[in-house]
Amino acid sequence: MELRSKIPGGPIEKRWDQHRFDLKLVNPANKRKYHVLVVGSGLAGASASASMAELGYNVKCFCFQDSPRRAHSIAAQGGINAAKNYQNDGDSIYRLFYDTVKGGDFRARESNVYRLAQISLNIIDQCVAQGVPFAREYGGLLANRSFGGAQVSRTFYARGQTGQQLLLGAYQALLRQVRAGQVTMLPRTEMLDLIVIDGKARGIVTRNLITGKIESHLADAVVLGTGGYGNVFYLSTNAKGSNCTAIWRAHKHGAAFGNPCFTQIHPTCIPVSGEYQSKLTLMSESLRNDGRIWVPKKKGDARPANQIPENERDYYLERKYPSFGNLVPRDVASRNAKAVCDEGRGVGEGGLGVYLDFADAIKRLGKQGIRERYANLFDMYERITAENPYESPMRIYPAIHYAMGGLWVDYNLMTTIPGLYAIGEANFSDHGANRLGASALMQGLADGYFILPYTIGDYLATAKLEKVDSSHPIVRDAESCVAKQTNRLLEIRGKRTVTSFHRELGKLLWDECGMARNEAGLKRALQRVPELRDEFWQNVNVLGGGEELNQALENAGRVADFLEFGELMCLDALRRNESCGCHFREEYQTPDGEALRDDANFSYVAAWEYAGPGRSPILNKEPLAFEYVHPSQRSYK
Amino acid sequence: MKLTLHIWRQKSPNHVGRMVRYEHNNVNPHMSFLEMLDVLNEELIAKGEEPVAFDHDCREGICGTCGFMINGVAHGPQPATSVCQLHMRHFKDGAVLYIEPWRAKAFPVIKDLVVDRSAFDRILAAGGFISVSTGSAPDGNVVLVPKRKADLAMDAAACIGCGACVAACPNAAAALFTGAKISHLGLLPQGQPERYQRVMNMVAQVKVEMFGSCTNIGECEAVCPKEIRLEVIARMNRDYLFGSWTGRAEVVRAGE
Repeated sequence: MELRSKIPGGPIEKRWDQHRFDLKLVNPANKRKYHVLVVGSGLAGASASASMAELGYNVKCFCFQDSPRRAHSIAAQGGINAAKNYQNDGDSIYRLFYDTVKGGDFRARESNVYRLAQISLNIIDQCVAQGVPFAREYGGLLANRSFGGAQVSRTFYARGQTGQQLLLGAYQALLRQVRAGQVTMLPRTEMLDLIVIDGKARGIVTRNLITGKIESHLADAVVLGTGGYGNVFYLSTNAKGSNCTAIWRAHKHGAAFGNPCFTQIHPTCIPVSGEYQSKLTLMSESLRNDGRIWVPKKKGDARPANQIPENERDYYLERKYPSFGNLVPRDVASRNAKAVCDEGRGVGEGGLGVYLDFADAIKRLGKQGIRERYANLFDMYERITAENPYESPMRIYPAIHYAMGGLWVDYNLMTTIPGLYAIGEANFSDHGANRLGASALMQGLADGYFILPYTIGDYLATAKLEKVDSSHPIVRDAESCVAKQTNRLLEIRGKRTVTSFHRELGKLLWDECGMARNEAGLKRALQRVPELRDEFWQNVNVLGGGEELNQALENAGRVADFLEFGELMCLDALRRNESCGCHFREEYQTPDGEALRDDANFSYVAAWEYAGPGRSPILNKEPLAFEYVHPSQRSYK
Repeated sequence: MKLTLHIWRQKSPNHVGRMVRYEHNNVNPHMSFLEMLDVLNEELIAKGEEPVAFDHDCREGICGTCGFMINGVAHGPQPATSVCQLHMRHFKDGAVLYIEPWRAKAFPVIKDLVVDRSAFDRILAAGGFISVSTGSAPDGNVVLVPKRKADLAMDAAACIGCGACVAACPNAAAALFTGAKISHLGLLPQGQPERYQRVMNMVAQVKVEMFGSCTNIGECEAVCPKEIRLEVIARMNRDYLFGSWTGRAEVVRAGE
């Protein structure tokens, strides 16, 4: 497979401008002749649908939820970065670019990241004009805060609900186009296959989740904005419905999968409380601005937190990283929490937790001061755990949060299948091996509002697409494949529930391919995942029929794909013989336990090619060049 | 903990539904309400019975997908909490719980506890937006927004569109939901150009969707998981009156 990244040359600050000029345009009168399918209605999908519809394209947008407003972008709490430098504290496009490349541990494309930093300015303007109620200063200007270890205040926010407000902005723009007849919205509709004709993406096969009807939709281009695959771990901060089905089935049609082993673990989540646990809840990273993280010095210390004297506490982040302290990046904070718990010093039931203590901050700012900053988070914590964080420290533990990996895309966001685009978290994106806080919202909206609407025109103007209709044998075939798989799941009638398989897969991957990985463990997982998959196809029990709302059936299809994808993730982790960002291979670490990159051998994007059922996937490499930000060992000491 | 559950089971919109009794002996007080139902469903599947269908997604109280009545109260007994964030420790061992879907003509039942809330999307599509195409926005700091206004707009914008307000209302009115969006956009300077047209169009759509009329009872505010205040309805009514007097010729009647 040939990977053509189409990265323009020239000085980095001119590349996007020059590229936009070089892209072919579609005549306004001709735009209405083109049809585009957008799968997913989160920040990326909704913003892309609305923007393309405004340009005049005919858009069909699909989501599995009951309304596009439910997409999981809605749960993002902290904020969105933009290099506005409104705070006069030395921020610039170049600094946001630099921070993002470095934060990603030098595994992202410089050109893409620079473009993202440039566009960050337009995103804020667009969202303000849509009526997103960003936090304001008393003078009426936009407020900012610092976030995720950044040394400048560049994060815009709407209380602890920034994702919700940005998504509602994009959703409202989408509804405006629905009203105008330019977008057809199909909620409760799940994409189950991609239609590729003459090597080009020409449509999708969907299942109507209410009636079970299997249908095909044809168009001139297909856009996937279907989010990340974090739920492969079963327990994650993702929504229960988040899945990898659309991108995985596209992968099986020839779209290369980029860096699947890069999954981000968020350090501040509420720990697991029991077997029945269905998902994990994130507590905003902003809590680390005032909370101090510690564990007892003694192993197995079962005393309540307030009975452990100061000199028997280990504030391990402050001890190991005096200059960044509790504000080290997410990957570093997470790994250190795991390390102290592995030593037997974890707190709470099961010993998988560390304290996040606000006692000092309460002394300094008073209860009221803390309440003003974090009231909603403290309330949420108490609602879930029945413990009062004003009185005793919170218990936190890392959890799977975000997928940096995803479908490989070129500079135009097109996958290796012509006419198939991936945007937002669904692509392998601009975050390298580790995403910085408040950058996910920025990337989703950059792709949807400001990149895809330009680049898709270049494809449509030059692709010379033949007319196809639903009687085409490939379309018929795809429909019958989907129907067959659905029936097969319903006919097994084995002994185990879908959830029990999903939970077992998740536990296996968390143990062997989670915060720390090693060769032996990854090999164990690579053996066990296919066994589990075989058992699934023999012994899963899905009740009910296919021609009705059947949530277990929907879930079964998604878990079947996770059972295939999980194997690729482990393989990628095994083949990347270095540690970088969130990918920590225990064999490759510095003497003091930090990630040890191997730039000479692994400075590339791993783009995996599907080779057919039962055959080992093929690894293609896109080399990464760093002309502006020179790779260095990240140090937060 | 042990619970006796009476759950509404209805196979499809065309089937007649009924309450079915389940004894649930495997409840941990730390479970969320939805996790309690997950465990029940796993047991039902093991017995060869179809699991109870209910809508849910983020389970963090922000997506607005989940929601049903527990003993006649939308989202159950804990204030300002959606069912995904409601934990079983708030119930007594041995409690008897009646679990039913939202009841409203505008929200037809699809299956068990799942209802069709697409009417909400259509109300917002009728005008719940600011018309600004991508690329045509001025710099974010060109238009100043007083902090007080921004905070009030944010209070209203916090609505998650779950539908509890409609389910709790004896008239099944959508006034709190509609008023919240009208307040959010109407309070901001960016929302002014379309302010009165917006309210006329949205209210027209509410009528088409067969929601009831608001009689200021306040049940909606009492159950709202995001604590949206009744004042949003007052703002909607004020803007509607003003819009009716000043802009009648422009009223778009839904369906035309």
